[in-house]
Amino acid sequence: MLDKIGIAKRIAKEVKDGYYVNLGIGIPTLVANYVRDDIEVEFQSENGVLGMGPFPYEGEEDADLINAGKQTITTLPGASFFDSSLSFSMIRGQHVDLTILGAMEVSEEGDIANWKIPGKMVKGMGGAMDLVASAQNIIVAMMHTNKAGESKLLKKCSLPLTGVGCVKKIVTNLAVLEVTEDGFKLLERAPGISVEDIKKATEGQLIVDGEIPEMVL
Amino acid sequence: MINKKVANVSEAMEGVKDDMTLMVGGFGLCGIPENAINNLVKMNVKGLTCISNNAGVDDFGLGLLLHKRQIKKMISSYVGENDEFERQMLSGELEVELVPQGTLVERCRAAQSGFPAIFTPAGYGTEVAEGKEIREFNGKMYVLERAFEADFAFVKAWKGDAAGNLIFKGTARNFNPAMCGSAKITVAEVEELVPVGSLDPNQIHIPGIFVQRIFQGEKYEKRIEQLTVRKKA
Repeated sequence: MLDKIGIAKRIAKEVKDGYYVNLGIGIPTLVANYVRDDIEVEFQSENGVLGMGPFPYEGEEDADLINAGKQTITTLPGASFFDSSLSFSMIRGQHVDLTILGAMEVSEEGDIANWKIPGKMVKGMGGAMDLVASAQNIIVAMMHTNKAGESKLLKKCSLPLTGVGCVKKIVTNLAVLEVTEDGFKLLERAPGISVEDIKKATEGQLIVDGEIPEMVL
Repeated sequence: MINKKVANVSEAMEGVKDDMTLMVGGFGLCGIPENAINNLVKMNVKGLTCISNNAGVDDFGLGLLLHKRQIKKMISSYVGENDEFERQMLSGELEVELVPQGTLVERCRAAQSGFPAIFTPAGYGTEVAEGKEIREFNGKMYVLERAFEADFAFVKAWKGDAAGNLIFKGTARNFNPAMCGSAKITVAEVEELVPVGSLDPNQIHIPGIFVQRIFQGEKYEKRIEQLTVRKKA
């Protein structure tokens, strides 16, 4: 089974040379730490920066330089700043190549829910609805089950949706799955996890076709 | 040169009354018009509708107005990190309209640009699209979202001049440019008001035509919401 860092490491392998990438808050943020250093990638943050770098050294933080998670950051050579409108032009206009975000639930049709638990948690969708409505390549990073042990890969989402039919790939602590017309297609198993384990943890339609390889991290 | 300079924040905010709709720039606490917000607290205007990406934190930014119950309705994309906000929202004291971030900025920009509404794919198939016109273009579904109508826009820039020209710094730019000229009156506060002619016209982000009043803020706290650093090796 993978931990959060393991999930981030596996997703980092999906990041290709020349990609502009938007990372959501949580596990997705960690992905930046594990991208191969022999390829060129630029990270976009929707509050208005392209070419995001690592956190600043202590004492060098700048209140005018943050990411969408409101964390202090730095920029790399070649970076640029822009306003929110141009930022979402990059997203809505499909100029960003890859979007990685977290989710509370994903359905076998690729619907995603990640912004609201009625009566409990209403923080808002931020940029998530814009991102999922437009991105051509969306990878969801999440745990396979919730804290109560219930599957987060469902036939239908029970929580209010963020977007419909948009998720292409999911990387969890147990597996890598592709969303297809017929359901969740199992691509890879996490180390030490069997196909049976994944079947048990998946409520939606799971497609197991032939031998399923173990992930290489 | 048409002079937009006013003496201070009080003069800049003349005409702000109860029950008005205000646009307030910033993302989190980054690039918020601190002086205008503090003055709204002092003026004690009530029943406000605020269009702003976030709602500040408990004791800073728009959180100060929430604390004094000056806000009737918030229109935002993300309102976490604010306990008082959550309490007022769950108890029904505060009306909240949550809008996808890209839609929020484009509804400001539509008002700035003379578009009554825009079509966006964001929110299609979700509760955000309920009751709104849906239209298909080239096989994809879009939601009709209307331009905002606001009485005042309060924005914050790094440098500006008496002509109202503005330059922003870093990610403090965010929602500020799209709010300039999107309300009946735009009030810009700047860290540094420089002599007219000293800003390079090539570098100006917002031309003065979008700004009615400009002043230099008395002070800026520029609070950091999430301080994240790494140690030197």
